[in-house]
Amino acid sequence: MTAALQSIRIALRSLRVNKLRSALTMLGIIIGVGAVITMVAVGAGAQARVAEQIQSLGSNLIIVLSGSVTSSGLRMGTGSQLTITEDDSAAIAREIPAVQVSAPMVRGNTQVVFGNLNWSTAIQGVTPDYFEARDWAVIDGRPISPEDNDGAGKVALVGQTTAFNLFGDADPLGQIIRIKKVPFTVVGLLDRKGQNSYGQDQDDIILIPMSSAKKKVLGKSNSNPRAVGSISIKIRPGEDMGEAENQIRELLRQRHRLQPYQDDDFWVRNLSEVLQTQEESSKVMTYLLAAIASVSLLVGGIGIMNIMLVSVTERTREIGLRMAVGARGRDILGQFLIEAVTLSLIGGLVGIAAGLGGAEALSYFAEWRTLVAPAAIALAFGFAAAVGVFFGFYPARKAARLDPIEALRYE
Amino acid sequence: MDSHAIIATEGLTKDYVLGPHVVHALRGVSVAIDPGEFVAVMGPSGSGKSTFMNLLGCLDTPTAGRYWLDGRDVAGFGRDELARMRNAKIGFVFQMFNLLPRTSALENVELPLLYSGLPARERRGRARERLAAVGLADRGHHHPSQLSGGQQQRVAIARSLVNEPSVILADEPTGNLDTRTSVEILALLQRLNRAGLTIVLVTHEPDIAAYAGRVLAFRDGRLLSDEQRGAPLDAATALAALPADEEALA
Repeated sequence: MTAALQSIRIALRSLRVNKLRSALTMLGIIIGVGAVITMVAVGAGAQARVAEQIQSLGSNLIIVLSGSVTSSGLRMGTGSQLTITEDDSAAIAREIPAVQVSAPMVRGNTQVVFGNLNWSTAIQGVTPDYFEARDWAVIDGRPISPEDNDGAGKVALVGQTTAFNLFGDADPLGQIIRIKKVPFTVVGLLDRKGQNSYGQDQDDIILIPMSSAKKKVLGKSNSNPRAVGSISIKIRPGEDMGEAENQIRELLRQRHRLQPYQDDDFWVRNLSEVLQTQEESSKVMTYLLAAIASVSLLVGGIGIMNIMLVSVTERTREIGLRMAVGARGRDILGQFLIEAVTLSLIGGLVGIAAGLGGAEALSYFAEWRTLVAPAAIALAFGFAAAVGVFFGFYPARKAARLDPIEALRYE
Repeated sequence: MDSHAIIATEGLTKDYVLGPHVVHALRGVSVAIDPGEFVAVMGPSGSGKSTFMNLLGCLDTPTAGRYWLDGRDVAGFGRDELARMRNAKIGFVFQMFNLLPRTSALENVELPLLYSGLPARERRGRARERLAAVGLADRGHHHPSQLSGGQQQRVAIARSLVNEPSVILADEPTGNLDTRTSVEILALLQRLNRAGLTIVLVTHEPDIAAYAGRVLAFRDGRLLSDEQRGAPLDAATALAALPADEEALA
C-alpha cells in the first residue's frame, strides 16, 4: 500500500518536471474523455426524447383509422368516409383476447368560447375507456363516466394548453365553456402529454363524451350514425403486437364483408412500433457517436505511449541506478505503468469536467437535449484508465527490460 | 573455497559475442576477498576490470566459473534474484554519482530501502542516520544540483550504506573530483573500512590505489598480480598535509 502511494508520488513528481509536456499529453485524453461523455449525452438525450414520446402515446397502442373506400372504381382516400364504427370497437374488445381495452373516438376542430375569450382547438368525442387506452391521467377532477356517455352529458375535460388559453391561471373546474354554442361544464383537467412524434401539441384538446360530440357538436353521418374516426386499442402487456394487429385486421375485414380481392377500408397503425424503431435508431446513433469519440481517446492514448517512450529514454540512467540498488524488472514496470495511468486518470478527471461542460453548452446554445448518465462517466473514466494501462505497458516493459550495465553507462 | 571470504570467485569467465567475433573479456579469474578488506582493482581500459566489477556487483552473469557472495553461489541466478542480491548485499558508488535529479538528498539515500520493502518511517530514520554518518545531516533536503561534487559523492556513499551491505563497490569514485575532495572521499571510505566494511574500489590511478590494503591488477582479462600492502597511505594524514582550501567547508 505504502509502496503504491510512493509510486504515485514518484509519478506525480516526474510529471511535474515536464509540466507543459504532461499537460499536452493529458490534453489528448481530456479531449477523448470529454468527447465520449458529450456525445453519449447527446445520444442519450435523443433516446430519452423518443422514450418520452412512447410514454405519451401510451404503451402497446394500436390505432385503427377509417380507410379508403373504393366506390365505382375510384379509391376515395383515407378518411374520405368513416368506415369503422363503435360496434367494430366493441367487437375488437370482445373477440380478441390480447386486447386490454378498445376505445373509439371522433375528432373535429372547432371554436370554443369562454366568457369573452375564444380559442380554436381539437374536440374529441371519447368513451370512458379512452383514458386507459392512451394512458392519459386526469390530474384534477374526474374522467368521463359511463353515465356521461349514455346520457350525452354536457361535460368536458380540458388539456393543459387549452386550459391555459381559456382560463389562464384560474381553476378550470366548474367553468362553463361553449362549444358550438352548446354549454359544457369542465369537470376535469388532463395531465400534460407534450408533443407527439410529429410535433403536434397533444395538450391543445378538449375531450367530451362521444354521444355528446355526435349529437351536439361534431354531428354524425346520416348513412352510418355509429361511425367513428379512429379506435385506440391497448394490447395487454406481454402479448405479441404483430399478432394482435393481424387479428384486428382479420376481424375488421370479416365485419366489413371484404372479399379477398378488395383492399382494406381501414388502416391499422402500430405507432409504438414506429417509435420503437426510432428508439433503436437513436440507440445506434449513440453507439456511433461514442465510437467516433472513442477514436480521439485512442489517439490520446497513442500520445501517452509516445511521451512515455521519450521519458524512458531520457531516464535510462535513472532506471539503471534503480536497478543497481535493487529494483526488479517488475518494480520498474510498475513505476512507469503507474506514471502512464496517473497521466491518463488525471486527464480522465479533467475530461469528465470538460464533457459535462460540453453537454451543458450544447443543450444551452444548440438547444439539443442532452442527458449525462453516471454510467457513461464511469465508463469513460474506466476507458481512460484502460488506455493508460494499454499504451503505458509497452514503454514500461521496455524500461523494465533494460540491461542495468548499459543503462548506467547511458549518456 | 575460503569459507569466511565475503567474495570468492573461481575461474570467473565472461565472453561477449560481437557479430562474428567472441571477445574474451574475462578469462578465468579466481580471487577471494575477506571481510574488512580494502581492495583496489587496477588495470588499463580493456583489461577486464569493469567486467569483473559488473560480475561482482551482480549486474551481469558469468559465461563460466563460479561466484560466491557472502556464501551464496550467485552464478546461476536470474534477473530478479540478482536484483535482490544487489539490494541486500551490495552498495554501489559511481564515478558520476548517479543521484536522482530534483530529488532531495534524503530521498536519494532512501532509494535502496524502497526496494527492500521497509516501512516509510524506518526508511526515513535510517537514511537520516547514514547522511549524518557522512557529515551531511544538515543537507537532507538539498537537491543534488544544490550540492558540491564532494557532497554529492558523500550522498551516494550514504546511499550505498543504507542497506547495510556486505560490500561496497566503488567504480572510480574520485574520477570526477579534485585532489582535495578525492582525498576527503578516500578518508571517508577508509574510516568506514576501519569500522569493518569491505570495500572494492576500481581505479586506474596508482595514487588512489595507494590508499588500499590490497591491489588486484588486471590485464587482458586475467589477474596479473594480487599484492598485499603492509602500510597503505592514510587519507586523513594526507588531508592534513594538503594546503587548506575554501572548498573544504562542507
